[in-house]
Amino acid sequence: MSAVAGTHAQDHHHGPARGISRWLLTTNHKDIGSMYLIFSFTMFLLGGTMAMVIRAELFQPGLQIVQPEFFNQMTTMHGLIMVFGAVMPAFVGLANWMIPLMIGAPDMALPRMNNWSFWLLPCAFLILVSTLFMEGGAPNFGWTFYAPLSTTYGPPSTTFFIFAIHIMGVSSIMGAINVIATVLNMRAPGMTLMKMPMFVWTWLITAFLLIAVMPVLAGVVTMMLMDINFGTSFFNAAGGGDPVLFQHVFWFFGHPEVYIMILPAFGAISQIIPAFSRKRLFGYASMVYATGAIALLSFLVWAHHMFTVGVPLAGQLFFMYATLLIAVPTGVKVFNWVATMFRGSLTFEAPMLFAIAFVILFSIGGFSGLMLAIAPADFQYHDTYFVVAHFHYVLVPGAIFGIFASAYFWLPKWTGYMYDETLAKTHFWLSFVGMNLAFFPMHFLGLAGMPRRIPDYALQFADFNMVSSIGAFMFGATQLLFLLIVVKCARGGVKAPAKPWEGAEGLEWTVPSPAPYHTFTTPPDVK
Amino acid sequence: MRVHAQRVGALSGGLLFPALSMADWTVNMTPGVTGTSNDIFDLHMTIFWICVAIGAVVFGIMFWSIFAHRKSQGAKPANFHENTMVEVLWTLIPLVILVIMAIPATATLIDMYDTTESDIDIKVTGYQWKWQYEYINEDFGYFSNLTTPSDQIRNRQTKGENYLLEVDNPMVIPVGKKVRFLLTANDVIHSWWVPDFGVKKDAIPGFINEAWTRVDKPGTYRGQCTELCGKDHGFMPVVVKAVPEEEYNTWVADQKAAAEKERELTQKDWTMDELMERGEKAYATACAACHQVNGNGVPPAFPALRGSAIATGDIAAHIDVVVNGVSGTAMQAFGGQLNEADLAAIITYERNAWGNKMGDMVTPKEIFDYKNQQ
Repeated sequence: MSAVAGTHAQDHHHGPARGISRWLLTTNHKDIGSMYLIFSFTMFLLGGTMAMVIRAELFQPGLQIVQPEFFNQMTTMHGLIMVFGAVMPAFVGLANWMIPLMIGAPDMALPRMNNWSFWLLPCAFLILVSTLFMEGGAPNFGWTFYAPLSTTYGPPSTTFFIFAIHIMGVSSIMGAINVIATVLNMRAPGMTLMKMPMFVWTWLITAFLLIAVMPVLAGVVTMMLMDINFGTSFFNAAGGGDPVLFQHVFWFFGHPEVYIMILPAFGAISQIIPAFSRKRLFGYASMVYATGAIALLSFLVWAHHMFTVGVPLAGQLFFMYATLLIAVPTGVKVFNWVATMFRGSLTFEAPMLFAIAFVILFSIGGFSGLMLAIAPADFQYHDTYFVVAHFHYVLVPGAIFGIFASAYFWLPKWTGYMYDETLAKTHFWLSFVGMNLAFFPMHFLGLAGMPRRIPDYALQFADFNMVSSIGAFMFGATQLLFLLIVVKCARGGVKAPAKPWEGAEGLEWTVPSPAPYHTFTTPPDVK
Repeated sequence: MRVHAQRVGALSGGLLFPALSMADWTVNMTPGVTGTSNDIFDLHMTIFWICVAIGAVVFGIMFWSIFAHRKSQGAKPANFHENTMVEVLWTLIPLVILVIMAIPATATLIDMYDTTESDIDIKVTGYQWKWQYEYINEDFGYFSNLTTPSDQIRNRQTKGENYLLEVDNPMVIPVGKKVRFLLTANDVIHSWWVPDFGVKKDAIPGFINEAWTRVDKPGTYRGQCTELCGKDHGFMPVVVKAVPEEEYNTWVADQKAAAEKERELTQKDWTMDELMERGEKAYATACAACHQVNGNGVPPAFPALRGSAIATGDIAAHIDVVVNGVSGTAMQAFGGQLNEADLAAIITYERNAWGNKMGDMVTPKEIFDYKNQQ
C-alpha cells in the first residue's frame, strides 16, 4: 500500500477559485470536506451550548434557569443537532477529505452532487434552529420524537422539523451514494477491496447502512406530516392508528443510526492505533468481517429500545439474544486493537491519546450496553440516567473522541503545519476528565432511580447531578481550546513533512503536506 | 456485597467532595422488595461483575502494553499481525459467556410476563400529568396528583423530604397478594415505574399493557413517570402504599362509601358560592397545570381562559369543550375524568374568576343531563 510517483506533476493544475464562489460552487473534495468539518464543529458548539443550559438547570433541584417547556426544547434540539448536525457531518467531512486520498482517487465520484449534499445541510439546520424562535417554541418531544406527543400534541413548529429532517436525509443519502460510488469505482490500480484502509472499509459499510435506513426515517416523518396536516391516523389510537408502530419504524432507523455514528470512528481508530504502535493492525480481515457483522446485526435489534412497551415474550427474547450477539463482533474489534498495541513501540501524541481513551471508554459504554441488553434488567434501566450515561459513553468518547483523534492525526496533512502538541494534550486531558466527571455519575443516578428528560429531580439525586454539571461545564469550555488549536495550526507553525507520523501507512502520506488542491490525477500504483 | 459497594461509593464520594458528603451517594440499583426486583438485582450484579472481569483482563493487557512497550523505553515493534486461533478463541469465549448469561435472564423474563392468577386488578391510566387508578373489581377509582407545592419547585420554600415524589392519593395495595396492573393512557405515552417492585411498563393510548407485583413488606414505595410526556413529565410521581390485608379491606370499604357520596353530590342543590369554592380547588388540580392558576395559560399550546371566547361565551359551548375536549389539541375530555359536581364547579369558576364576570352558573344536575343526552 505504498509508492506513488510524481505528485509535483500535478502542480501546474489550476488552484481554487477566489472569494465566496470557491466555497459556494466548489466540487473539490478537500474544500467540501473542510466545509463539512467546519459546519460540524459549529453545530457541535451550538448543541453543546444547549447541553450547558440543560446541565445548568440540573445543577440543583428546583427550577432556576429555564421552564420545563424550554428545557424539553433544549434536550430535543441538543440531541437532534449533535446526531444530525455534529457527528454525522463530521464523518462525511472526514470521508470527503480522506477517502480519495486513501484510495488514490483524484476526487469523489460525483463532485457536483457532493457540493449539493453539503449545501443542503446549512439549509436544513437553518430551518431546524429557526423553530426556536417560532410561536410555541422548537420541537419539545425528545430527539426520538415519539408519537402522539410529536403529532397530536406537538408544537406548531413540528412541520418545520419534519421538513428539516427530510432535507438532512436527502443530504445523507447523497453523501452515502457518493462514498459507495467512489470506493467501488475509483480505487487506484492494485488496491483490491481487502487492501483498502480500515477507514475506507468502515465508511463503505456505513454508507450502505445510511442508504438502507435514511428512507425509513423519511417514511416515519412523512407519516407524522400526514397525521398532523392531512387528517390521517397512522399513530393516533383514537383514529385506529398505532403509537407503537411509530417506535418500530423509528428504531428500525434508529439502531443502525447509532452504528452509522460509530463505524467510521472504528475505522479511524484502526488507522491511528497501528500508526502510533508502529505495528500493523492486528487481524485486518477479522476487523472487516466484524464491521460487516455489526452492520448486519444492527437491523435485527431495534426493539431492544422498546423492552417496556409490551413486546410479546417471544419478541422480547429474540431481541435480547440478537442484542447480546452484537457484543461478539464488537469484542473482536476491541481485542484486535489491544493486540495491535501489544508488543508495539508506542508513543502518545494527541491522536493516540484520544484513540486509547476511545478504546477504554467506548468499551465502558459497550459494557453498559451489554447490561441494558439483559431484558429483565432493562425494565429497571430503561429511560433512566443509566441510559443517558450509556449512550453518552459510546457517543462522546466514541464518536466525538474518534473525530478528535482523526482531526489531530490528519491536521498536518490538511494544513501543512503541525498542531501545538502541548495544547492538544491539554485539550485531551481536560476533555477526558471533564467527560468522565460529567457522564460517569449518570450511571449512579440512573441506578438510583432518576428518570431521563426531567427538568427537576428528587433530593437524593442532588449531589451527583452537581458533580455531573461541573464535569459538563469543564468539558464544554475545553472545546473552545480545540478551536484555538485548529485555528493556530491553520495559520502556521512548524512545517509538516509529507508523512509526519513515523508509523503511519497509506497513500495519503505519499502526497505533500498540505495536500495539493488536486491529487492523484494520475493514479498511483499500489503493490 | 451490595452494602459493601454502597459503602465504598459513599466513602470515596465523601473523600472527594467533603462538603457534600452529608448527602445521598447511592451508586447502585435497589434490590427492591419483590421477588422480581430481587431477581433483576441479581442479574444486574452478575452481568456487572462479568463486565468488570472482562474489563480487567482487556484493560490489564492494554495498560501493560502502554507501560512496557513504549518507544521511549526502547521497545521495538514485533511483527505479528494475524492469528486465526486467537481470533476464533476471542469470538467463542464471549459467545459462551453470553449464553450463560442469557439463561437466567430468560427465566426471569418468563416469570415477569406471567400475569395470570392475580388477586387484585388495578387499571392504571396515564394522563398529562397525573395517574388514574381504577380498582376494576371494586367499582371505584381516583386520580393521583403531585402535591409538592409550586413554591418548593420555584425555590421560594424549603424543599420537603419527599420533594416531587409525593401525591394526594397514593395507590393502595395489600401485602402478599398478586396485584395485576392494566396500563393504558388517555393522551400521550407515559410509563409507570416503581423501582422497588421492579415494575416498569409503558402506558400507551389504545393499548392495554399488563404487569404484576407481589409485595411482602408493608411500606410506601415511590417512583416516577419514565416516558417523556410533555411539559410536566418530571412532575407526575407514582406512590404506592402496601398495607396489611385488613387495613386494605377497610380502605376499600371507605373508598366505596366515598364514591357513593360523590354520586349524591350531583343531586344536591348548589349555590354560586359553593360552586365557586369547589371550583377553585378542582381547577387547581385538574386545569391549572396547563391553563395556569391565574388563567393566563401558556399560549399557543395551552390558551388563556381569562377573557377567552369560550369562558366568556355561550355556556353550552363551554360545557362541550370541558366535557368532550377538543380533538387534535392537548385539551382532554374531562367528562370521564371528573364527577358532575367538579365539572359544574370548574365551569362556573372559569366563567366567574379572573375578571370573567359572566355571573351565570351551571349545576351538577345540568351536567348530568347533558352527559346523558349524548
